[in-house]
Amino acid sequence: MKHLILIFVLLASPAFAVQPDEVLSDPVLEARARGLGQELRCVVCQGENIDESNAGIARDLRLLVRERLVSGETDQEILDFVVGRYGEYVLMRPTWAGSNIILYIAGPVLLFLALLAGFLYLRGRAFGQNASGTDLSKDEEARLAEILKE
Amino acid sequence: MIIELGHFALILALAVALVQAIIPLIGAHKRWPGWMAVAVPAANAQFFLTAFAFGALTYAFVTSDFSLRVVVQNSHTAKPMLYKVAGVWGNHEGSMLLWVLILTLFGACAAWFGTNLPPTLRARVLAVQSSIGAAFLAFVLFTSNPFARLQNPPFNGQDLNPLLQDPGLAFHPPFLYLGYVGLSMSFSFAVAALIEGRVDAAWARWVRPWTLAAWIFLTIGIALGSWWAYYELGWGGFWFWDPVENASFMPWLIAAALLHSAIVVEKRESLKSWTILLSILAFGFSLIGTFIVRSGVLTSVHAFATDPARGVFILFILAFFTGGALILYAIRAHAMEAKGVFSMASRETALVLNNILLAVAAFVVFIGTIWPLVAELAFGRKLSVGAPFFNMAFTPFMVMLAVIMPIGAILPWKRARLNRAVKSMTGVMALALAAGLLVWTMQTGRSALGPVGISLGVWLVFGAARDLWMRTGRREISARIGRLFKLPRADWGKGLAHSGFGITILGIACLTAWSEEDIRVTQLNEPFTVGDLEITLLNVSREQGPNYITTKGVMSVTENGKLITTLTPEKRVYPVQAMPTTEAAIHNGFLRDVYLVIGDAQEGGGWAVRTYIKPFASWIWAGCLMMALGGLTSLTDRRYRVAAGARKQRAAAMAAAE
Repeated sequence: MKHLILIFVLLASPAFAVQPDEVLSDPVLEARARGLGQELRCVVCQGENIDESNAGIARDLRLLVRERLVSGETDQEILDFVVGRYGEYVLMRPTWAGSNIILYIAGPVLLFLALLAGFLYLRGRAFGQNASGTDLSKDEEARLAEILKE
Repeated sequence: MIIELGHFALILALAVALVQAIIPLIGAHKRWPGWMAVAVPAANAQFFLTAFAFGALTYAFVTSDFSLRVVVQNSHTAKPMLYKVAGVWGNHEGSMLLWVLILTLFGACAAWFGTNLPPTLRARVLAVQSSIGAAFLAFVLFTSNPFARLQNPPFNGQDLNPLLQDPGLAFHPPFLYLGYVGLSMSFSFAVAALIEGRVDAAWARWVRPWTLAAWIFLTIGIALGSWWAYYELGWGGFWFWDPVENASFMPWLIAAALLHSAIVVEKRESLKSWTILLSILAFGFSLIGTFIVRSGVLTSVHAFATDPARGVFILFILAFFTGGALILYAIRAHAMEAKGVFSMASRETALVLNNILLAVAAFVVFIGTIWPLVAELAFGRKLSVGAPFFNMAFTPFMVMLAVIMPIGAILPWKRARLNRAVKSMTGVMALALAAGLLVWTMQTGRSALGPVGISLGVWLVFGAARDLWMRTGRREISARIGRLFKLPRADWGKGLAHSGFGITILGIACLTAWSEEDIRVTQLNEPFTVGDLEITLLNVSREQGPNYITTKGVMSVTENGKLITTLTPEKRVYPVQAMPTTEAAIHNGFLRDVYLVIGDAQEGGGWAVRTYIKPFASWIWAGCLMMALGGLTSLTDRRYRVAAGARKQRAAAMAAAE
């Protein structure tokens, strides 16, 4: 048993996500801190934001965000500061700038095009088309005639 | 010895697959029955050989044969038996073997149940299916051989990642793969039809159940994965828009579109070439997903660098099959001219809209997933695309889908009166709006997400119910109730699946809008309140599990002085991998989950404790389950069970005659 406890102590585990000692006493600021936490990526994790992450660096960032909130900075100023330090890689929501605009408008543009194509197709279906198909083989034409006779 | 036999069986399977990919194709082209007939025994042989190889690997895991590299890296003698078995697919090599096993299983199923298919189509389907099999068998054998031995076997293994040692996750990959790989069937059918140069109702009647089955498995697989994330990761998140999750979600969306468009082909002989395209895309996205997960190119750049051969190999498979199929499509698709004529307001139109929304939604997920790669390669920007982007870009599509779904579902085929459909749904619409408004007034100053989600949920569930009720005709109520149970199972399946979608939307919206959270240091036997609950940490003990050590808290949850439940959240450490995991304790309620997590002992005494109240959490997965059940119900519909070959040919001809 002593042995086990030793292992246990040696493996003192990393912190899990937001810790009690990080939480700000002002609920409004804390809510903003959570909001920012969702927008920032833990740079050493697999796509986790800093709020979810257990990594030490994420904790450092959480503390940094809170420090700056307490000192009265706006959300944008804090994001800008973190980006200045780690690059835009830390932003979970890509900025609306430069080539990223393609990312943002791709969905709406495609939806528009698809709706347009769909509309044109449906209009074509509704009028022009001929109801009798022509892709039947001879055998099937014969079989069809047989069925219709029945 | 068994290992070598397994290895050998896998090599034989590759040889058989190559034969099956070529001979029947030539046979079908030249109309040589003997050559076409090769496909069936070959499909059987391929499946049984792969199954034997898989069995051999399982045997190695069960008996902890540490002369095998994968077993050393992913198993340990102290691991419970369930996870020894699950460990077979809890690693790259084994999971690819499972992939191939399922692929050959589907091929064999087409051979077993495909006796009523036209012989040339069957031969071609099996040949295409087998060419995929050959590609992946080669991938396993040349880049990811699970049967590689070690020269100096160690005494024990390195254990499976503790996060994966969980019943939910043990069954997550097989379901997911059954879905992923199941889509290979519709792909093979699509390519075979393109070679054949024709698509008809009989073809759709074949493709639809396969797609539906694959979609059911995908639904369950994705739900299991998300449920696992919810209870295992320790803070109650259930969807992260992680590339690996997106990899499974994109085929799901496309498969959902496909199984709807196949209905149009089956019943109305329209949308043929679009359905073919979707079949190709659905499996294409499965392959992309496999590439993303297996190459690790998007999760971490390093994983790709350590073994570029694997990523490149899958990229070639992906390029060959999707590229090849799309080229074939470009050449042959015009031959698939549709027949049915329908007006702008019709079920056909509604299903086209459904397809547009689902396909564009899948595309949005796709571009968001690969954008970091594109941005880095093309624009030299290192950036991330995370949950905030996806929530914003993806959600509108699901909302639009939910809004049109109940109306679209009741529109008749061919020609409908839109105002009549809307009129018959006014009651449901009013109910949905009232529910939303009621919730909106009850909550003040909170996110609009809750009311909107409730409205949509009510709209979908009651819309589906209204649809079923309208199908019972216009007689007195007792007769209608009687008829309700005689409705075709496809109708019930549709109702169930559509309501399931509503339940899931409602769950996600409410959970996101109204979650409560509390993080604090608590002392033993000092109650604290979260929302209207009072929670007390009664005791903390350290215990030993089979292959882990655990810190177990005992916590009571009371509401108005009445004990609701006593929960035991744990924090485990798996010594072999030196990895801690949280085992949240969850009280699953109908209206809310109480979710407790125990953290570290604090220096000044007491324990870090996290409490979440998650409203409507179970509804998310209940809805997924309903969707899967709906699919299953639809799958057992009469028309699939009694679809005899002769009848099918006639049905095709009849449909054509209309």
